[in-house]
Amino acid sequence: MVKRAALLFAQQRAATVLVVVILLVVYFGFFSSASSEFLTKDNIANITWTLAPWAIIAIGEVLLLVCGELDLSVGFILGFSGFLMHYLIDFYGVPPVLAVLLCLLMGVAVGFANGFITVTLGVPSFITTLGTGFILLGILLVTSHAYPATIPASAAGVGNWLGSWTWAEITWTIILVAAFQVVLSYTRWGLHTVSVGGNILGASEAGISIRKIKYGNFMITGFMGALTGLMVTFQTNSIDPSNASYTPMFYAIAGAVIGGTALAGGSGTIIGAFLGTLVLAILFDGFNLVGISANPQPIILGGAILVAMIANVQLARLRRAGRTR
Amino acid sequence: MSTPEPDGTEPVAEPGGSAGLAVDGTDVLRVEHISKRFGAVTALVDVNLHLRQGEVLALLGDNGAGKSTLLKILCGFQPPDSGRIILNGHEVTLKSVDAARALGIDVVYQDLALIDQLTVYHNMFLKRETVRWPLLNNRAMRRLARQRLDDMGIGLKSVDAEVARLSGGQRQAIAIARAIYSDAKVLLLDEPLAAMGAKEAALILDLIKDIKRRGDVSVIVIAHNYGQVLEIADRVNLLQQGKITLDKPSAETSVQELNDIVIAEYRRALEERHRSA
Repeated sequence: MVKRAALLFAQQRAATVLVVVILLVVYFGFFSSASSEFLTKDNIANITWTLAPWAIIAIGEVLLLVCGELDLSVGFILGFSGFLMHYLIDFYGVPPVLAVLLCLLMGVAVGFANGFITVTLGVPSFITTLGTGFILLGILLVTSHAYPATIPASAAGVGNWLGSWTWAEITWTIILVAAFQVVLSYTRWGLHTVSVGGNILGASEAGISIRKIKYGNFMITGFMGALTGLMVTFQTNSIDPSNASYTPMFYAIAGAVIGGTALAGGSGTIIGAFLGTLVLAILFDGFNLVGISANPQPIILGGAILVAMIANVQLARLRRAGRTR
Repeated sequence: MSTPEPDGTEPVAEPGGSAGLAVDGTDVLRVEHISKRFGAVTALVDVNLHLRQGEVLALLGDNGAGKSTLLKILCGFQPPDSGRIILNGHEVTLKSVDAARALGIDVVYQDLALIDQLTVYHNMFLKRETVRWPLLNNRAMRRLARQRLDDMGIGLKSVDAEVARLSGGQRQAIAIARAIYSDAKVLLLDEPLAAMGAKEAALILDLIKDIKRRGDVSVIVIAHNYGQVLEIADRVNLLQQGKITLDKPSAETSVQELNDIVIAEYRRALEERHRSA
């Protein structure tokens, strides 16, 4: 009876999220008992600053992975976004709020370009976004001469909203995660995104525009990258060219996978990805608190990704085994 | 209920001829002189076919006979080289699958149409979702899906199940139900019984019988399993080497006769090849 109930539960998609919740409880329990600093306000703020960029980028990556694509360029959109704001305000006198909006528009435009090259020109998104990422990095390095810049003083007001205030990033993260989970689970956009990744021919047969869904999700991911760039800029109080890297994208995808998103498309949750990135953020923070050096951290991270992925693959097998004969 | 008897249409006995062209007012679909070539390969030669209101027409033929090409032309996937298609008395050009669907011609492919990861009710309403803006009205879709499947006699425990967990027959039934409720007037079923066990096939055969009983949808069933199809079809068209070589009411033919024709044709082609070699 218990075995049967366990099997039935394992066959539900929500079971993958449970794996992450268990990981979270274990890590949380371990670090809070191992270090008295873990639950302090400062440390929790630290965790949120690590978490926010990964979790927000993961929103876009989950949508893309679910519809069968991915974006490697988003970390470079992140890096370029802060500089673009600086150029617009300091060199062209654009009002801060408008500059922020133009930065977000830049992210959307890069997403559109990724969509165009991938969907219309037929280049695999892995290669497309590898290329656009490098181009953005090049533009950033050429225009900034690889030097950090200071945040324009006139942007302080808008900066409070985006990242200067301690809890700004996590507030946006929670709002966006909740909103886009609703989009994925309860709107036509989400349903069609799952359909395109689940059975592209079937979705097309049903009359869904594959082009629209893929373009749209690339543009959402670009938007998230640009938004995250501004947040990181204001939170760290500097515009740094080293922000432009693959790192946030890799952690976002790792978090998404740990949270149950299938790389093959057709399934995934944004909440799961949020929890997955939270696991990674807590791990990083916890390691530092208990004095584990940064060097072995990737071993633990790799292990965590593999364990989660193996669990997901096995759960997917169990689900298939639940097919009516 | 409308299963008209043949109206003097003569079955075509000799290869190269055309099936009888019905001109009575009850034809919902008529195909006239359709031909199609792919490079050096002739797929269809002067094919004439008609489908009456509420009728189930079995389009039979061996592999490579041209069934799939004809299906693709009828569902708007590819245009014919020549000939015309008349729907409800009006000549139509089927520029795309969407265009054909908008005119009421829908096709259900074997095991291709559904999204495994979605629930039964989401699959049934895919692209035609009920929305309470900006959100999906899942409650309404769930209720309607349940009602429609019950109406069609498709017994499913839950419409909340992911279709990946259903059997081949149940999936096929859902795909057919979806087409019926999306206002299809002409339904093309591509090998609906392929790779199915007896129980599964019975589910689909019952479903097609039910559609026939309702009489508002006309069906072309494409198959190469003669026995099962004769059970449900009003009329049979046999396609051989791109030509319709037989057009008979199901009651007037048999699996034996169809097999004999196909085998005779195969032997004749073989002899011809030997002679030319």
